[in-house]
Amino acid sequence: MQEAMINRAKQLLADGTVNRVIGWKRGEFVYDVTPAIFETAEELDAEFVYDDFTAANVSKYLVKECKKEGKILAFLKPCDTYSFNQLTKEHRVVRDNVYIIGIPGGPKLDAEKIKAKGITGILGAKNDNGTFVIETLYGEEKMPYYEALSTKCESCKSKKHVVYDELIGDDGEVLESDRFDMVEKLENMSAQERYDFWREQLSKCIRCNACRNVCPACTCEKCVFDNPDSGVENKAPADSFEENMFHIIRAFHVAGRCTDCGECSRVCPQNIPLHLLNRKFIKDINSLYGNYQAGEDTTSRAPLNDYKTDDCEASIVHERGVE
Amino acid sequence: MQVNENKEFEPLIVAFCCNWCSYAGADLSGTNRLNYPTNVKIIRVPCSCRVNPMFILRAFQRGADGVILCGCHPGDCHYTSGNYFTRRRMTLLFSMLDFLGIERDRTRVEWVSAAEGAKFAATMNEFTEAVKKLGPNRRLEDLRCRKQ
Amino acid sequence: MLKISLDRINELFEAISASQTLYIPTDREDGAAEYRKYESGMKLSNALNTVRSAKDFFFPQTENLVDFKMEGKNIEVIDIRKESEDFVIFGARACDARSFTILDKVFLAEPVDSYYKTRREHGTVVTMACTRPSETCFCGVFGIDATAPEGDAACWSDGESIFFEAHNEKGKKFIDSISSLLEDGDTAKLEETREKTRAILKKLPLAGLSTESFGGERMMEHFNSEKWGELSESCLGCGTCTFVCPTCQCYDIKDFNTGHGIKRFRCWDSCMYSDFTKMAHGNPRLTQLERFRQRFMHKLVYFPANNNGEFGCVGCGRCLSKCPISMNIVKVMKALEVK
Repeated sequence: MQEAMINRAKQLLADGTVNRVIGWKRGEFVYDVTPAIFETAEELDAEFVYDDFTAANVSKYLVKECKKEGKILAFLKPCDTYSFNQLTKEHRVVRDNVYIIGIPGGPKLDAEKIKAKGITGILGAKNDNGTFVIETLYGEEKMPYYEALSTKCESCKSKKHVVYDELIGDDGEVLESDRFDMVEKLENMSAQERYDFWREQLSKCIRCNACRNVCPACTCEKCVFDNPDSGVENKAPADSFEENMFHIIRAFHVAGRCTDCGECSRVCPQNIPLHLLNRKFIKDINSLYGNYQAGEDTTSRAPLNDYKTDDCEASIVHERGVE
Repeated sequence: MQVNENKEFEPLIVAFCCNWCSYAGADLSGTNRLNYPTNVKIIRVPCSCRVNPMFILRAFQRGADGVILCGCHPGDCHYTSGNYFTRRRMTLLFSMLDFLGIERDRTRVEWVSAAEGAKFAATMNEFTEAVKKLGPNRRLEDLRCRKQ
Repeated sequence: MLKISLDRINELFEAISASQTLYIPTDREDGAAEYRKYESGMKLSNALNTVRSAKDFFFPQTENLVDFKMEGKNIEVIDIRKESEDFVIFGARACDARSFTILDKVFLAEPVDSYYKTRREHGTVVTMACTRPSETCFCGVFGIDATAPEGDAACWSDGESIFFEAHNEKGKKFIDSISSLLEDGDTAKLEETREKTRAILKKLPLAGLSTESFGGERMMEHFNSEKWGELSESCLGCGTCTFVCPTCQCYDIKDFNTGHGIKRFRCWDSCMYSDFTKMAHGNPRLTQLERFRQRFMHKLVYFPANNNGEFGCVGCGRCLSKCPISMNIVKVMKALEVK
């Protein structure tokens, strides 16, 4: 796959279709790839990588990149295409300035999941028929491959590309996923249990803003939490209230726009399951206002920019579920 | 608000009222000499749609024990459709607060027209009672704002 | 050397926590380690390091400095500091121990930061030598020996027992306080373990990294380097690297209006944030490139320029494993290396 991508990128650079390529760059170790822009065939040959660890969604970088001179080639995984489409819909990217090659996603891995097993000193890793064989400073270690999956890939919503100029490999289907299972499990807990669960999770927050900054839906020029004049700007969670407020507002602001790409949970240094907040909104929207998948198209109205005269009343919250 | 052993717990209720219907409704309930609790502090907004989720959260931060949002009845919005958007927005917000384990009875949306002075008073009485039963807001309070 | 058998370690923790607050690294349900206040039965983590560094104990993420009460035209200033209690941090690694030396240079230099100083005086740091360094470790590059950590007292494990050694008066006092639990032990096996660890340290993938290209002398050369653009292009501008870093020491002071008074507090700040060092006239660093450059210039150039060549990094490797896009100081050092 990686070779096919590099070859196609070189062709497109050579025939002048694009003048740069956004992809992923090899790091120091087997797992630490960085999103990067390549301008020459030599750079692509030397550093371009596409493997199990290229989980980062590059769509958000295109907000900035599409405003520069010339066309840029972007390799987008199925989930990344949803983010890109949503950005197109919100007029944050210029579709014509990006040449999109859809690539099969395939589950991506998270080095943190490997380390959480107590495996340290990782020097190399390969998949051997479902067993992940990891070469370390302390000898060879093995673990089931699926246990190293990035949280965002544990329940994949779609293998289909919703926007592309060409594809490498075949297009997939929208999948039946179990992504709302954990939300449902929480909904069925008592209010006290839910409160305790979220307190435990959100109290880990160090307010690094990685969840916000990586989010392809968070594209405000100036975030309310960065604006000293907003009255809520804060660089640290000085009180448990602020932890709650930040995460409620972050998730609310992308409600109806969040494509559920899972980047927020992937980047959280404290492993807070932030995607559950977003999924709660998605689940509510689906059940109250009809199924809606952000990023699926570029024309429909977002659920919070829309209404029906016979929508349910807010009191529905008081009438259902567990108290 | 503080719970005093000698005194019954008196909640602080913040009521966001839209200028065209509910605020006038509150006025009417006053001119009709109907009683509603002094716990309720009204904040007038041009339209219920003016209230964004941050308003609700910040009211709780600054010591509110319950927050109620009142606007024109669906279909009667002075700006045609403002309250329809409010309805979706608040439904999702309240559902999220519930998801985080915050007592669902601390929040409410009620449609009160300018002619419904009696409904306004009744709603406020009822809501204040409900919040009183819950006790002080502890799950969504900012400790720094608590009066010592 | 004095030692205690590993299976009796909780007895030791009980003894320490009986007289003062004890913090130990312990495993969370998600597999990551963090420092927590010791409570009966808590298990010492086997992880190499905690997600948040130990700097929290001396320089907490948020800290109230002073309260103001206003009545009419009078402002009452209330010192909210309470009597400090003694505490023990057990199991800090060599990298974190060195970070305290670096923080001391900032906070204990004139004008002395009294909040920090009080905490330093009341805290006893008991370090634990590493036995299983990770691929992300590069403390050796900054002259830190992971098998001989600093701190008030240090301890080593040979897999069966933990051996103790005091480095100063505070450390002696600590060991005296637990001496009834300790016994004299043979260090032959310990020496063997240390030797093994040293061999691993030499083999680490980042062991060959060099600091020679950095320091105050090369300030303008590095500042004007063309590499910064490429290095910073994918930076998200989040504060992860700064907030997990044991040596990052920038903070912001803010006033919080409680509705009935003002609380002045300070909190960690990150040079990666758009409002870092924002002043009345605006912001001196307008692009992410400048902000990104500031972080690494501070650690590799400005800090050594002001502190006799000491670098502002201890090679703990936290930013290497936590950066969302895996850009980090090692990649910067390799890119800027002067050949």
